[in-house]
Amino acid sequence: MRSPTRWEIFWRTVMGRAYPRVIGAQRERSWLFFETLLPLLQVSAFVFIYRAIQAPPEFTGFVVLGGAMTAYWLNVLWSMAAQLYWEKETGNLELYIIAPTSLMAILLGMAIGGIVASTVRAVAVTTFGLLIFRVEVSVVSVPQLLGVFLLTLLALYGLGMLFSSLFLLYGRQAWHLSNLLQEPVFLVSGFYFPVRALGFIPALGASVIPITLGLDAMRQLLFPTMMAQFHFLDVRIELGVLAALGIGFLWLARRALSYMEALSRREGRLTIRGQ
Amino acid sequence: MSTELAMKTEQLSRIYKAKKREARGGEREIIALDRVDLEIPTGELFGLLGPNGAGKTTLIKILTTLLAPTGGRAWVAGVDVAQNPWEVRHHINMVSGGESSGYGLLTVEENLWMFTQFYGIDGKTARRRIRELLEIVGLVDRAKSRIYHLSTGMRQKMNFVRGFLTDPEILFLDEPTLGLDVQTSHTLRGFIKDWVRKRPDKTVLLTTHYMHEAEELCHRVAIIHDGRVRACDTPGNLKRSLQREVVFRLRVTAIANPEKLFQHLRGVQRFSHTDINGHTELHFILEDENALPPILTVIQQSHGKLISLEKLDPTLEDVFISLVGRGLREDNASEGTTEGDRR
Repeated sequence: MRSPTRWEIFWRTVMGRAYPRVIGAQRERSWLFFETLLPLLQVSAFVFIYRAIQAPPEFTGFVVLGGAMTAYWLNVLWSMAAQLYWEKETGNLELYIIAPTSLMAILLGMAIGGIVASTVRAVAVTTFGLLIFRVEVSVVSVPQLLGVFLLTLLALYGLGMLFSSLFLLYGRQAWHLSNLLQEPVFLVSGFYFPVRALGFIPALGASVIPITLGLDAMRQLLFPTMMAQFHFLDVRIELGVLAALGIGFLWLARRALSYMEALSRREGRLTIRGQ
Repeated sequence: MSTELAMKTEQLSRIYKAKKREARGGEREIIALDRVDLEIPTGELFGLLGPNGAGKTTLIKILTTLLAPTGGRAWVAGVDVAQNPWEVRHHINMVSGGESSGYGLLTVEENLWMFTQFYGIDGKTARRRIRELLEIVGLVDRAKSRIYHLSTGMRQKMNFVRGFLTDPEILFLDEPTLGLDVQTSHTLRGFIKDWVRKRPDKTVLLTTHYMHEAEELCHRVAIIHDGRVRACDTPGNLKRSLQREVVFRLRVTAIANPEKLFQHLRGVQRFSHTDINGHTELHFILEDENALPPILTVIQQSHGKLISLEKLDPTLEDVFISLVGRGLREDNASEGTTEGDRR
């Protein structure tokens, strides 16, 4: 039988590792219910605050969009960043390492599976949010909107792939790190308000989390009138920065994986179950 | 059997640096493997026998590229494991005892399919092999079950199938029947034997602390203790090396301090004892049969009564005791075994 090429192994690995995430989203329907309902409740709280203070109706749209994007941030934190640690604990990680495949392919599979699963939730939150709160959008450019969305996901999941190696080095602290990052990022990335409200310098610092620029650009492309006075950077600049972040994070993720694997072989602690 | 080598180690060593809080008595280094030399030809089912902490798993981790050696060299399928781990991975697979790999939400066949993808196996071949192997281990009726519904034994059968699915040239089985019931262990041992018998180009490295498993399965066995290989030969030859000595098992009513009673008796090479249901079972390796009467006298003097006496053929356990000075069970069982050493 013909031996598979490196390229074939890479793509089969991506598909193989994406499968549990894609199928898992369908198997546990209760997850879908709770992961849609709970963000919607949070979205509702902010919507009612904005309505109570008689904020312009576009703010409801800002909140719904932010609520939809929480699905990706939570997925990156809990199912990407902390994942290699869980894989180590179950013994999967050592099986991944001894397979003739690339760990980048494993991470990419996790990312693609995670994106598919999270998109189902994000679409559900957006749809219900738009319907319940009657949000009106006026799309400036569909290709730009799609480009911003995809580049945001590329950069965000690139960051998740980088985190997965770094969190592995922290071992049992990975869980605390995820907890530590969850809420502060909701604040500094402007999930429920335009990030410019934080001031230019804090917003610039928060831009290292790709969702900050992604949200700002998507809001500009969906609510152009209101965002004219609240936008942080020009959409084209944000597109460029997101592309650079994506490439940079993927490159760093690859370096971190190589470092982690070399360290684990040297120290014998990182990748082996129970150590 | 081909004379080509599937695996070779030369002076292979691994030293772990203990963290400060783990270090005792100022020692900062733990020698897990100490200058191990092994040659394992293609087609051999080779056993590594030793108690917990002997260095078996460390050796497997090095050969499977999970761990780098700190000294010496190792080759798997002719490839240096330290210099080219990527290439080694095309030739191997591994199954460990007590594994909990896979994802609970997936079914048995979905999990197995996922692992085949990491080896680039096409879907059709993967599905055919999964069916065949599940049939052999008697798990085909659970192919559609999610793995969190499986018992420990079933799950280990699935892990076995995972290891064999990729048709590796060299398979590492690390304590593969650990914690399994008798019937499941028997099924899996039969499976391993069949696999090697039908495929003379395949090699298996098995680690175990079950003597009977090594005796039943392995063409050759290396006895490893404190990171060093103490003996390496066929089970038959290892046992024959003890044939100038004689082995007796005596069952007596409970007697106190058997170590003190038998430690200094002339002609006693090694002995161990186990307390079972209020009786004491004494296991002796003697220089010759003349050493037996003084033992019986001591038992009588200590008010013990002889219940049974058996002369045994030497087993691998006896070989192990003879080489290491204590039995394997000491670390692994809870029945209160202690062993004494005369010399």
